[in-house]
Formats: sequence, C-alpha cells, structure tokens
Amino acid sequence: MNVHAIAAIYKFEMNRTLRTLWQSVVSPVISTSLYFVVFGAAMAASMRQMPGVGGNYGAFIVPGLIMMTLFTQSIFNASFAIFFPKFIGTIYELLSAPVSFVEIIIAYVGAAATKSVALGLIILATARLMMPFNIEHPFWMIAFLVITALSFSLFGFIIGVLSAGFEEIQFIPMLIVTPLTFLGGAFYPIKILPPIWQLISKFNPIVYLISGYRWSFGVGEADVPVGLSLAFMFGFFAICLTVVAWIFKTGYRIKV
Amino acid sequence: MEIIVSVKGLTKTYASGVQALKPVDLEIRKGEILALLGPNGAGKTTLIGIICGIVNPSSGTVTVDGHDIIRDFRKTRALIGLVPQELATEAFESVWSVVSYSRGLFGKAPNPAHIEKVLKSLSLWDKRTAKIMTLSGGMKRRVLIAKALSHEPRILFLDEPTAGVDVELRKDMWQVVRELRASGVTIILTTHYIEEAEEMADRIGVMNKGEIILIEDKDVLMHKLGRKQLTVHLAQKLKAVPAALKTWGPELTGEGRILTYTLDPDGDRGAASALLRKLDELNIAYTDFSTSQKSLEEIFVGLVQEPA
Repeated sequence: MNVHAIAAIYKFEMNRTLRTLWQSVVSPVISTSLYFVVFGAAMAASMRQMPGVGGNYGAFIVPGLIMMTLFTQSIFNASFAIFFPKFIGTIYELLSAPVSFVEIIIAYVGAAATKSVALGLIILATARLMMPFNIEHPFWMIAFLVITALSFSLFGFIIGVLSAGFEEIQFIPMLIVTPLTFLGGAFYPIKILPPIWQLISKFNPIVYLISGYRWSFGVGEADVPVGLSLAFMFGFFAICLTVVAWIFKTGYRIKV
Repeated sequence: MEIIVSVKGLTKTYASGVQALKPVDLEIRKGEILALLGPNGAGKTTLIGIICGIVNPSSGTVTVDGHDIIRDFRKTRALIGLVPQELATEAFESVWSVVSYSRGLFGKAPNPAHIEKVLKSLSLWDKRTAKIMTLSGGMKRRVLIAKALSHEPRILFLDEPTAGVDVELRKDMWQVVRELRASGVTIILTTHYIEEAEEMADRIGVMNKGEIILIEDKDVLMHKLGRKQLTVHLAQKLKAVPAALKTWGPELTGEGRILTYTLDPDGDRGAASALLRKLDELNIAYTDFSTSQKSLEEIFVGLVQEPA
C-alpha cells in the first residue's frame, strides 16, 4: 500500500477545498438555510397537520435537506476532482505513479466524502440553530451520513471518469439525482401520495436513503423499514465499487 | 553494459486504428543519455507513454531494472520520472505544494531538504510560493522537471523538455541533466533541437513511422554519416577540374566558380590543406574558402525523408 501517495492526494484535495471554501461550503449552507426559512419556518405551521410528519414539519425536512446536499455535493466534488486532471492533462502523473486503483479511490473518494460529511454536519448545526429537534440514534445518524457520502462520492468519481465534458458532469446530478430527491420524500411522507405514486416511489432508491436517515433522527414516520434502507445503501456502495474496479482494470476512458 | 530498460516486440494500435508503434525492440543502458529523434507522429511519445504506464501496449513486453512494467508496476514506476511534452500543470497551487505532492504520489516520505535542492537547482526557489498560473511557460516547464525529480528517480524521461524554452533556461536544464547523469541517472530524451542531441547524448535513436530505424553511439553515427566538405570560391572561372586535382576528385559548380571537395572520413586529415596548396602551385586564385561538417540534422533529415 502506497500510504504516502494516499496522504499526498488526500492532502492536495483537502487543500483545494480550503482554497475554494466559499463555493464548497458556504454556498450549499446558504441555499439549505433558505429551504429551512421557506419550508421550515414560513410553511411549517400549515404543514404540521400532514400525516406522518410527527407534528413538527421543520424537523421533518432536516434529514431530507441534509441528504439532498450530501448527494449533489459528493457527486460534484468527486467527479470534479478526477475530471479536472483529465481535462487539464495532469492525469499523466497519476497514471505514471506507483499507485493502484484502490489507493487512488481511497484518496479521492475519501477526500470528497470527508468534505461532504463536514458539510452535512455544518448544515445540521445550522438547522439546529433555527429549530429544535432531537437525534434519537446518533450513531446511526453518523453512520448513514458517512456511508451515503462515501457511496455518492464513489458514484461521482465514476461520473468524473466517464465524462468527456463539463456538461456530462452536470447531467446526472442535475437531471437525475435532484429530481429523484424531490420525489424521494425529502419534503413529504410517501404515504400521503396516491397509491400509484406510492408504488412508483418504491422504485426510487433515494426514498430508501432519506427514509433511513429520517429514522435515525426519530422525526415523523419512516417510509420503509430501516433494514431495507441500510441494505440499499450498502448495495449502492457495492455497485459503485464494482464499476470503478472495472474502469481501472480496463483503463476505460483513462488510458489510451 | 548493464541494461536498465528492455523493450521487446512492443506494438501499439490506438482505438482509432492508427498504428503508433510497429514491433519495437530497444535496450537502454544504465547511466546513458539516449536521445530519440524523429518527426512528429513517429511514435516517440507513445513509446515513452507505455514505459511510464500512461498508455496500454497492444502487445510486447517492457522490463525496467528486471521488473515487468505491468506485473511489477510499483517497482518500475517508482524508478521512473517523467517530464511530459504538454505543459500540463495545476493553476492555483504553489510550486512548493505541487512538487511535494509529486514526491508523495511516488511513495516517498516527505523530504523538504530534497525538494529545496531540486527547486534551487532549477532556479525555482524564489518562486516556491508563487501560484503556477502566474509563471511563464519556461518556468512551468521547470516545475514539471522539478516534479519528475522530486522522488529521486533512477531513470528520467524528458519528452521535448526544451520546447518553448529560451536559451538561458535551456542551458540551465542541460546543466541539471549533466549533473543527473553524473550521479548515475539514466536519461532518455526526445527533442526537435538536433544540436542538443548532438551535444548531450551518448547514443542516438531515430524513430520514424512507429519504428526505430537506427540506434547508434553518437560518435560512431557522426563519423559514419557526418561528411566534411571543403568549399573554395574561385577568383576566375574554370572550364573543367584541372588534371592535377583529379586525385582529390572535387566537384566544380556555380558556373565554374565553386570547387567542392568531400573529405573521406577515414582518409588523410591533411588532404584539405594539401588541396589548397596545390591550388597555389597551379596559380589558381580563390577569394574565399570554408569547411563544413554535415550536422546530425542533415543526417537525420536524410534518414527520415521519403525517397523521391
């Protein structure tokens, strides 16, 4: 294991985060805070009666909002981290270095996930300042946060490797992940939907992630059993890991 | 002579169908400076790319210090430093941070003293805190060299290192290369500046259309192919080469005003001055004379030119 290489890449990526602190941390925090103001404060009173919300709509949307930021930021950070060297040509060094794909992934995905987890915790703290709520299962809350950050960073890494241009990097987060999140129960319990949409929602993987995370907070009712949520998270993680192993084994889209 | 890099039957055909390397065999000797010359698209960068791990070979094997570049990639790549042709650099990072990063990437523990030494030898020390985007092209090239040297490689690939670099920087770089060679580092360089290869290299390889068409010690190559000529500008026109000069077999050109004599590389070194003395004896006046040696550049052009 080339530990020095992992440390070097991780440090390099974290420096990039610090250098671009404004766009990497501040802007997601501000936009999430706006959601809290609009949905949590302004509309909370009329939403309180919604079944499955648990009487506190402001607290109900906290897990969903954190997850939403986690998805898009993990994908964006990891995809950009590997796409950019490809784009400017500095990837040559990574390819000529004595590092294996496992080490490259640990470093890049680790750095992207670290940033996402930190961001998630910052948003959580911001939300807590705005409204009171408890975290019923703190261990699972952190565990879900970490595994989701890792999975989506890995997913983002794959997108970054496969993308040939900046538009493609934007495509999946903007056109797939964000809509699925809005339809994934970030702002409402699945059970208030008509039966047909409830059924369709069962095919949306995001539902399982948000539901599991909400369970760890203990607000409202979970849409699906927490065990199923966990299985989904690990399953998604395993799929991403397999794809990324194949990419490196074949050199697809990296080597010529 | 110990062989450090051994290339056997290496081929590369890109997905586009372009065959960049026909079967190539090459042995690089430990501690030498090998210059690879060849026109654009000859396969030099592809060959280097495969040895360094950036390009997947289509077939054939490469061993570095006895290790296979694919099976034992950690061992082989740790020995190699690569300075690419393209000026691919980070923009916002400092010189110090990117060079230190490279050292880590190649599996070496941090060593600020070594990084300092490398930066100083490349006159980058004053720029160590500068963001790379603020540097000139020549300075960026130095940063790439510093990155390649950061992990103390035993083999250094320089892919057109002096392209776009001014004379002063070029001299500095060659000084660094000489010092590296003196410390036992094997250096492989490609260049378009043939006089550079002529000055620096121990051996010269010429590539064309994916093949190494010639590889030879520089001195042997120069001797074998580098013809020396004496050109005499005559004061009066001559109608024909005088009989007394026939032993030299000179050519008469320029409407009988220019006499050109090509020296035999293995012949008498005094032949040219003897010819001039003979002209005096014959009372053939001349206004000027000059000697020239066929440069590596001319040899090279002669080798890769399409037969008319």
